[in-house]
Amino acid sequence: MSELRPHEALIDRLGTELVPVRRLLPPWLRTAGWLLTVVAIAALLVMHYGIQPMRLRWAATPDLAWAGLGAVATAISGAWAAFTLGVPGRSRAWAWLPLPAAVLWIGASGLGCLRTWIAPGTEVAGLHQSADCLLFIISFSVPLSALLVILLRRACPLRPVRTAVLIGLASAAASASLLEICHAYDSAATDLLTHAAAVAFVVAVNAAMGGRLLSKA
Amino acid sequence: MSQALTANGLLGLDSGLCLRTGPRRIVPVDFTEARDSDSPDQRRAAWMAAAQAGDRRAYEKLLADSVALIRAAARRQGVAPDHLDDVVQETLITVHRVRHTYDPARSYDAWLTAIASRRAIDALRSRGRRDSREVHDEYAFDSHADEGDASSATESDERAQRLRDAIAELPPGQREAIEQLGLRERSLSEAAELTGRNTGALKVNLHRALKALRERFHGEP
Repeated sequence: MSELRPHEALIDRLGTELVPVRRLLPPWLRTAGWLLTVVAIAALLVMHYGIQPMRLRWAATPDLAWAGLGAVATAISGAWAAFTLGVPGRSRAWAWLPLPAAVLWIGASGLGCLRTWIAPGTEVAGLHQSADCLLFIISFSVPLSALLVILLRRACPLRPVRTAVLIGLASAAASASLLEICHAYDSAATDLLTHAAAVAFVVAVNAAMGGRLLSKA
Repeated sequence: MSQALTANGLLGLDSGLCLRTGPRRIVPVDFTEARDSDSPDQRRAAWMAAAQAGDRRAYEKLLADSVALIRAAARRQGVAPDHLDDVVQETLITVHRVRHTYDPARSYDAWLTAIASRRAIDALRSRGRRDSREVHDEYAFDSHADEGDASSATESDERAQRLRDAIAELPPGQREAIEQLGLRERSLSEAAELTGRNTGALKVNLHRALKALRERFHGEP
């Protein structure tokens, strides 16, 4: 065992430092923990705004309901994929889990671009209101991303940038889902553009910063 | 639950199934009692589960057993034979730090190989960065051809030997700091992990070692 000899001292030292550890909970359970925070925020928003405006808007424009459903599914699958990739040895294919949900979310929102031609009567957001949406998505994404980063630092994400992109996607999707509750306008090209800009911003910041934050873990 | 006890059969299953098996998983009383019917992977999985509970004997057996696997993973990534031991050390330290992320219902070998491959890639990247800073041989020969004669080579050998001797004579703490941070180019946190000293002590020791060496060779305080 000559290849073992140079490492005997290190193995011995690691042995002396060994203390019992609490095993990491399974990824689905950790995802559920994070989603609980999102649900708590959603409950507060529903208490404040009520559920009626959202239901009326969704009844009038079913494509927005599909987009909302897609955003919720993207948040769940994105967070699940991030937590799974935080465990060494798991298949990298998990990174693609949020793809179908994200396609539904972005695709259905994209129909909103045609809103002014499909239903000219609906109230369309102006630039000022769109800026509010931008601020909403970003300001909710920051704490939700931070929570995911903290939870994932306890794990071991071997591909920090990929995991950080998933964190960005999950928290931006969760924020867009929350926005559905108190969104007063239907999607239009300007509105969709600001949403896309906000999501891209959150994903990019996470990839740039989160990667570094996670790789120190 | 006999399957979960020996981590049989559940290897490779997705976490969708953990929904049913995860919370009911039972930790056996003595994992070090590896049975003949167990595969090497299952034996290591059992040792790691015991190590997570604090069993030092199982842990040391596991780490010793892991060295060959780490070397194989590093070789597959293209790490040169003389750098394999560095990757083994880095991987063992990472394994120690993230041992709580291992799930005994899954393959230990897959978990370890993922970490070892990552550390191998890190080692290759940092070597690549170091090599790209070095001057190309032909260019060096064209511009500094006269410096490479036999007497200067002997002189530089002697200088290197004198430096080695000087380092060997330093107090143990300072020698350790200069070996880890200066010669092996480890980061402060890596050196701290390896030596078991805190980063502040390492910095102070490195500073003192450099000062002592400067005084010895140049006579400057």
